[in-house]
Amino acid sequence: MTEAAAPGRIDVHDLAVEFPRRGEAPLLAIDGVEFSVSGGEIVSLIGPNGCGKSTILRSIAGLVRPSRGQVLLDGGAIDGPDPRIGLVFQEPRLLPWRTVARNVAYALELAGFPRPVREVRVLELLRRVGLQDSATVLPAQLSGGMRQRAALARALALEPEVLLLDEPFSALDAMTRDRFNLELLRLWGRLRTTIVVVTHSISEAIFLGDRVIVLGARPGRVVADIAVPLSRPRTIDQLDEAAVSATAREIRRHLDLVAA
Amino acid sequence: MRLSTIPSVLGALAVSLLLWKAVVVIGGYPPFILPPPESVLVRLVEAWTDGVMAPHAATTLLEIGLGFAVGSVAALVVGYVLGRSSFVARLISPYLVAAQATPILALAPVLALWFGPGLLSKVVIAALIVFFPVAVSTMVGIRSVDAGLLELARSLRATRRQVVMTLEIPAALPSIFGGLRIGITLAVVGAIVGEWAGAERGLGVLVNLARGSLFDIPLMFATLVTIAAIGVALYLAVVLVERRLVPAR
Ligand SMILES: Nc1ncnc2c1ncn2[C@@H]1O[C@H](COP(=O)(O)OP(=O)(O)O)[C@@H](O)[C@H]1O
Ligand SMILES: [Mg+2]
Repeated sequence: MTEAAAPGRIDVHDLAVEFPRRGEAPLLAIDGVEFSVSGGEIVSLIGPNGCGKSTILRSIAGLVRPSRGQVLLDGGAIDGPDPRIGLVFQEPRLLPWRTVARNVAYALELAGFPRPVREVRVLELLRRVGLQDSATVLPAQLSGGMRQRAALARALALEPEVLLLDEPFSALDAMTRDRFNLELLRLWGRLRTTIVVVTHSISEAIFLGDRVIVLGARPGRVVADIAVPLSRPRTIDQLDEAAVSATAREIRRHLDLVAA
Repeated sequence: MRLSTIPSVLGALAVSLLLWKAVVVIGGYPPFILPPPESVLVRLVEAWTDGVMAPHAATTLLEIGLGFAVGSVAALVVGYVLGRSSFVARLISPYLVAAQATPILALAPVLALWFGPGLLSKVVIAALIVFFPVAVSTMVGIRSVDAGLLELARSLRATRRQVVMTLEIPAALPSIFGGLRIGITLAVVGAIVGEWAGAERGLGVLVNLARGSLFDIPLMFATLVTIAAIGVALYLAVVLVERRLVPAR
């Protein structure tokens, strides 16, 4: 299929996921989730705990088989893990016995890249996320933030069209988080990958996203799709704009409705 | 083993020799009950230089080596399957535990009967006794592989083989080596027990000869010292291999 638009378009269509349970009816995690993300767009997913945010990301990543509906990437159905999609989990998920560089190289290794190519690419990736000085260090010796940077570098290793981030900085303190979000946007400015980021911080959702998609309590579905009225490149100061508080109020209203 | 541990090992050795000597002197035991350490040492050197010890030691070492290798390899395979499939684990664990609970001492004569007085019966006995701890530690190690890492590998489209080589084996190695350390010492026990159940040569045979027809109690102790030294040396060899193979984390 040829597309005039930028690559990395995602269409989530009528997505439902059930998890089997022993001795009970299956757990319906999400039901009828429907949204699209244009190539190069950044969309934040926000919603109450357990509403199925991770399940949506894992479906897009081809790690969960939907019980109904489908996910399209650039018009083609996703039916398993796809190298066009990079994934950063909530935890860094680094191999503890591998150095930072070899963890980043892991993605390339599994994909069958020869060592010389891996070495060049890994250096470049580490530089991008600011880990060039930690290449030979084991994950245990890194701070939580540095580990998450390494996970980000690994997710970028196969030059994906789409980056899926599942509460990537939720374990970091607020200040580190702001800095990481800025760096993420700077990185996006150069790569222009599609980004879907799960967060439970309203301000983070607004700061990162072109749109904020609000999900309802389990079984999760889209209850609001709110455009963020901020220009790019973003700066932290923009968060003080009046438009932001209006957007935040609207998001909160939907989240409260969901909770009530 | 670090260089700095050598003095402490030598220290422990010196202390136990002194204790031994003290027990002999204070207790006033005759040499045919507990010979003093120096006469055992003399007999040990003698037995190694006049060629009495070497053929027996070589036989036992071969039995230990083969038994350990066969038992460990089988245990790695079975332990892997047990770790990966809880269905198989439920199915065959009762048999494994029952086999393990049967004392090897009671089993040895039967195995000697079936497999003859030669090398084979000792290898079987040593392999059997090595099997259980290595299989269990392999199973535990494989189960300890982090589910998040397995999902990561799946998201990166790792093949089955890649998952085994890059995740499961490295993650399970510390546990597996725990089992191998126990296994190597048990292999020594297995070989000696096997020899007692019927053999023509080996350190276990020599212990019996020295105590019985030869009535050479210092030789008997010298043989025991040799067995212990082989056990320690093999254990340290496993630890050295572990140092090489198990990466820091
Ligand atoms: N692999 C799974 N097996 C069974 N239930 C699951 C599984 N993954 C998630 N769930 C359940 O599905 C629901 C949604 O989970 P999740 O997508 O992780 O929510 P969120 O990320 O929004 O907190 C939760 O109730 C969770 O317990
Ligand atoms: Mg989640």
